[in-house]
Amino acid sequence: MAEYRLKTPLSNEDVEKLKSGDIVYLSGTMYTARDAAHKRLVDLILNGEELPFELEGAVIYYVGPTPPKPGEPIGSAGPTTSYRMDPYAPILIEHGLKGMIGKGKRNQDVKDACVKYKAVYFGATGGAAALIAKAIKKAEVIAYPELGPEAVRRIEVEDFPVVVVNDTFGNDLYDEGRKLWEKK
Amino acid sequence: MRTVKYEDIVKSIRDMIIFSTTHLAPDMKKALEEAYENEKSEVSQAVLAQLLENAKIAEEEWKPLCQDTGLAIYFVKVGTDVKVEGGSLKEAIYEGTAKGYEEGYLRASTCDCFTRANLKDKAGYNLPPIIYFDLVEGDKIEIEYAAKGGGSENVSRATVLAPAAGKEGIKEFVKKVVSDAGPNPCPPLVVGVGIGGSFDMSAVMSKHALFRNIGTPNPDPELNELEKELKDELNKLGIGAMGMGGTETVLAVHIETYENRMCHIASLPVAVNIQCHSSRHAHITI
Ligand code: SF4
Repeated sequence: MAEYRLKTPLSNEDVEKLKSGDIVYLSGTMYTARDAAHKRLVDLILNGEELPFELEGAVIYYVGPTPPKPGEPIGSAGPTTSYRMDPYAPILIEHGLKGMIGKGKRNQDVKDACVKYKAVYFGATGGAAALIAKAIKKAEVIAYPELGPEAVRRIEVEDFPVVVVNDTFGNDLYDEGRKLWEKK
Repeated sequence: MRTVKYEDIVKSIRDMIIFSTTHLAPDMKKALEEAYENEKSEVSQAVLAQLLENAKIAEEEWKPLCQDTGLAIYFVKVGTDVKVEGGSLKEAIYEGTAKGYEEGYLRASTCDCFTRANLKDKAGYNLPPIIYFDLVEGDKIEIEYAAKGGGSENVSRATVLAPAAGKEGIKEFVKKVVSDAGPNPCPPLVVGVGIGGSFDMSAVMSKHALFRNIGTPNPDPELNELEKELKDELNKLGIGAMGMGGTETVLAVHIETYENRMCHIASLPVAVNIQCHSSRHAHITI
């Protein structure tokens, strides 16, 4: 279990050194999107249109925050369950996405895409939404404002705490961690 | 007949929502602290430390513990000798819910089943809530409220077992639900189990079981025993905090039965409602 501090955008080199169970603190620019936004992003790719942000090396955070209070960049902002993004993630990974942050299991297609195209799935602590919000310094809606909490935001983060769940070698922390502690 | 003002109910509900979504309930805090002490896996322990830190920040800043501030769920007991002046009790709960969520900067999470469009402009902010009414003797109104997030609701399950399945069958079903859920519902969990009544009633009871404070024993000694056995067995699954692997997966199992263990001679309904560690529940008597 190693600890890393990484800056976004992420390179192949960055993600290839990560192993499931490693703790990572991310800093830099990331984007937020949930299922509705994912569907639209994938449609843009399929139609050969331009995306609202540069996908190469990007990290997407699966979150639908609470509304910010006056003066705050963002409200509480913990991860949402990731499987809802599974149908869309592989095509984004194929087009340059390097990191996804959420909570919960991914399907085999996503894990395979992580190995094939070099990307990593990070787990953030679900329900630690007030704590995680502290790592988000700026937030700005850059696409689909009509989706409300599900709009795409560009966020600036500092030392955003995550754990590597699925790495570029096909490991899965959820399976391994559980096997380690399971009592028959 | 006692009268209660409509506005007073609206305000009590609004305040209860804003407080309980930002202040972790004392029973949950204690249970998380104990889990932190007992957890053997380092990764899971680190997660539990984050949850305790999160509760501290949320409380200090009145910031929502979790961004999924849920559907508003109410169990309401209305005394036969009390009446509401200036509107209906149901309307007051609706208005208090919308005010609490909007003025507390909480998330509006209700949407249309098919178009998935948020209902905040059509039905009202995070409306409608889910309300179960019950009539009781007396002149009080008792309201239990929970903010129930989607992550833990999505992995909840109900079934009707054959009577021969018995206690063992119930245990197997509960274990399967928690095991299949894995990391998705944000463990450590509280597991609500409803047994008996009808198909629908078992599900309602499994939800109501989540309102009991952790540490309060089941009044039925046999069920109390079953709760402890189940908790121990579920913790052997090794899921751990946020599913990262560990020894503390379940903080408590709470069982409710219908009218002291009643069900139909042909069936054994069982429902399991999963509650994440962000158990936001509160209760007021008006
Ligand atoms: S399961 Fe609970 S803690 Fe996790 S995101 Fe949903 S409401 Fe929050």
